Amino acid sequence: MKSHMMLHRRTVLAGLIATSLTPYFVAVARATEAQRGGTVTFVAWPGATVLNAAVTTAGPSTLVSSKLFDGLLDYDFGFVPRPQLAESWEVSEDGLRMTFRLRPDVKWHDGAPLTAADVKYSMMEVWKVHNARGRNVFAEVTDVETPDDLTVVFVMSRPSPVIIKALSAMDSPVLPAHLYEGTDPLTNPHNTAPVGTGPFKFVSFVPDESVVLERFDGYWQQDRPYLDRMIIRYIGDGATRTAMLETGEADLVASNGIPSLEIDRFRSMDGFEVNPDGYENVCIVCQLDFNLDVPELQDPRVRKAIAMVIDKEWLVRNVFFGLGVPATGPIHHQVAEYYTTDGVPSYPLDLAAAEALLDEAGFPRKADGVRLELSIDPQAFGEEPLRAAEYLREQLRTVGITLTVRNQDFATYVKRVYTDRDFQLNIFVAGAGADPTIGTQRFYWSKAFQPGVSFSNSTHYSNPRVDELLEATQVEMDPERRREQFAEFQKLVMEDLPTVPLVSTIRVTVANAEVRDYVSGAIGVFGGMANAWRA
Amino acid sequence: MQPGQGNDEQGEGVSPFLAILGSPAARFLYRRLSQAVVVMLVVVVGSFVLLQFAPGDMVDVLAGEADLTAEQMADLRARYGLDQPWPVQLLAYMGRLASFDLGYSPKLAAPVLDVLLQRMPVTLTLVALSVVISLSVGSFLGVMAARRAGSLLDMTISTATLILYATPGFVVALGLIFFLSVKMRWLPTAGLTTVGADLRGMAWLVDVARHLVMPVLALCTSYMAIYARLCRATMLEITSLDYIRTAWAKGLPERRVIFTHAFRNALLPLVTMAGLQVSALLGGAVVVETLFGLQGMGRTAFDAVMERDVNMLLGVLFVCSFAVVIVNICIDLLYVWLDPRVKVAA
Repeated sequence: MKSHMMLHRRTVLAGLIATSLTPYFVAVARATEAQRGGTVTFVAWPGATVLNAAVTTAGPSTLVSSKLFDGLLDYDFGFVPRPQLAESWEVSEDGLRMTFRLRPDVKWHDGAPLTAADVKYSMMEVWKVHNARGRNVFAEVTDVETPDDLTVVFVMSRPSPVIIKALSAMDSPVLPAHLYEGTDPLTNPHNTAPVGTGPFKFVSFVPDESVVLERFDGYWQQDRPYLDRMIIRYIGDGATRTAMLETGEADLVASNGIPSLEIDRFRSMDGFEVNPDGYENVCIVCQLDFNLDVPELQDPRVRKAIAMVIDKEWLVRNVFFGLGVPATGPIHHQVAEYYTTDGVPSYPLDLAAAEALLDEAGFPRKADGVRLELSIDPQAFGEEPLRAAEYLREQLRTVGITLTVRNQDFATYVKRVYTDRDFQLNIFVAGAGADPTIGTQRFYWSKAFQPGVSFSNSTHYSNPRVDELLEATQVEMDPERRREQFAEFQKLVMEDLPTVPLVSTIRVTVANAEVRDYVSGAIGVFGGMANAWRA
Repeated sequence: MQPGQGNDEQGEGVSPFLAILGSPAARFLYRRLSQAVVVMLVVVVGSFVLLQFAPGDMVDVLAGEADLTAEQMADLRARYGLDQPWPVQLLAYMGRLASFDLGYSPKLAAPVLDVLLQRMPVTLTLVALSVVISLSVGSFLGVMAARRAGSLLDMTISTATLILYATPGFVVALGLIFFLSVKMRWLPTAGLTTVGADLRGMAWLVDVARHLVMPVLALCTSYMAIYARLCRATMLEITSLDYIRTAWAKGLPERRVIFTHAFRNALLPLVTMAGLQVSALLGGAVVVETLFGLQGMGRTAFDAVMERDVNMLLGVLFVCSFAVVIVNICIDLLYVWLDPRVKVAA
């Protein structure tokens, strides 16, 4: 809707300029008007395993899947729902029924019409069963009613405020029931050669090499997509991905897909754009977890002392190259609806106070000047966790704590921290999602302490009041009350400090400036990109 | 077996076909191939056991990437047999291997054999091109240097090869990318073809060739230097031998003395080295493959280790060890052809 109006304004403007100004300005004005045709190439790593994000939440899959499939809804900036497959929707007074009116005349890429049965199948057989995030988000959905071909009603056992935020093409793509019913959705061959309703249709997929998509001429949105083709290439080396952007062999790198230092270089390079818009669904926080089963770390004074040796600004500048802001609590600042610093305790850099706390906690400096010996496991995912761990090692040395950095590969890290719980400190980056109930909750909810499950509650934090608050937010439909609950949650977590939130990262797309309107809402390049075009 | 029986006796009444089977060359092949089976078994069992020592399994990796629940993880482990003790898993794998079933790679959502068939040609092309080019250019430089030992040409070649030898492949690769792709825009940076261009025939061949220039160069340089230095040293040694003096004394032209008489013998150490190069590159071109976005055997094996994708890793190792064994047999046969004094031992 919004983009339509913007285009209209531009056209009018172009017309005005054309009648009054010199040809030079006409050319400039025309160049901002969307044009049909052209190819846009992403370069990314790692490669997608399947191209259907209904059965996985892995980032590489969602990048491709969102072009091939539609969701019921799309989201404008600020995560405001807007129509996609659903033209309109309403929630009943008691919050137990959500009714969606589907757009008529939507076709699958194979020509079959989209019906309410497709949505019912996707919800009951796939999202709720095979999608890790969907299992939590749609836990309250007990049934889907389809009174007619174009009406879908979600029936819930309890109200659930997060459902309305989880219906994008990125999170919950609607699958074709006629191709999936009666099969195992996890091994259905269409997962690697999808048939969707999205703006682009599948052409080819070579694992770890490339995906080729082409314009779906029968797309429900008139004159969309603008592009003829979209290509996603998988290249394992960051320097090579950077070179491909520079040479024009690739146009877009999503979600900080090249080294941070290189991103910094593109900021000042002609013909390129570093764009932070469209990551409202990602919200990644880099945090330092304490294993609360380790006796030394059970004393809050020790945890607070460790927090007080960290200069978060320094981390932002030198480890994240400006791609983040100091984290003040468990909720990412881009989750603006619930984020607050009001009354939330903070632990600014203060080495003397840290030493005093450690003395008080009964860890005086011994003859060799050492108070404590600890170890840290940085997550093997990008450079940042390891660099942050090395920084922490140097900082802790000055207050008499010897920190051993244990570097390892991803599988070893996951097993050690989440299955064996053989760790003391742990630095990791984790996506918190558009709503704290979707992403943040599991790090602090005592019921999410599940050894063996990765990126669950790894600290073994348990505070009955926090549990109570988190459980209340799962069903609270009143935005104001929900905001208050999350505010108290942020305060309590920072008082207890099971985790030191370090940096709320900022994700960016690095783009060739010839590509326009590749971000037209909250989920940015992880959406269908029907509005993207090439100048 | 009783004496006088079996096809190792070339007695009367034995058909010509059996005579061939019993020939020394055939027995050489039997012996080498049965050794190959043992080698491949050791490689497969050894790497399977080694991978068991690495903490975490494939499901841990998948779970870390896609937020799986405990039930989903248990379900996946059961589906791929990872909940079994490792000796059971190994036996099951060996059983499947006996019927040439290399299994399924959940990570790549494809049968291992399909992935190998698709990626093996990439590796074979890279290996073949870089061996042929480094061997021919290297030995040519070596011969040239040896021909006028101590001359300016010799010094230049020796210095250049020393520098090439000392420069790691990845530095060469990054330098090539920076200069030929980013600065000059002459060559495509990565991949094997222009994705989505749907080229056919000659146009396709030219496209692939343009993509291969830099990776092949990066794989060539240090081996080229080795061949050049090896060839120079051997040529200098050989050209001081009596039979070369005889050849000169006969009044043969320089070209014949050097290439027909001396170089043929100088080839023996070069062929040995080429065998090593082929074996090293078959699975070991990880860095170059990564930098140029080529999915060859090396990169596939590396990813398989990181993702604990046992089937994929064993598949790669199985095929690569087979190829190495075959290459070694070919090299041995090449010795016989190059030097008539060498005989295959039965």
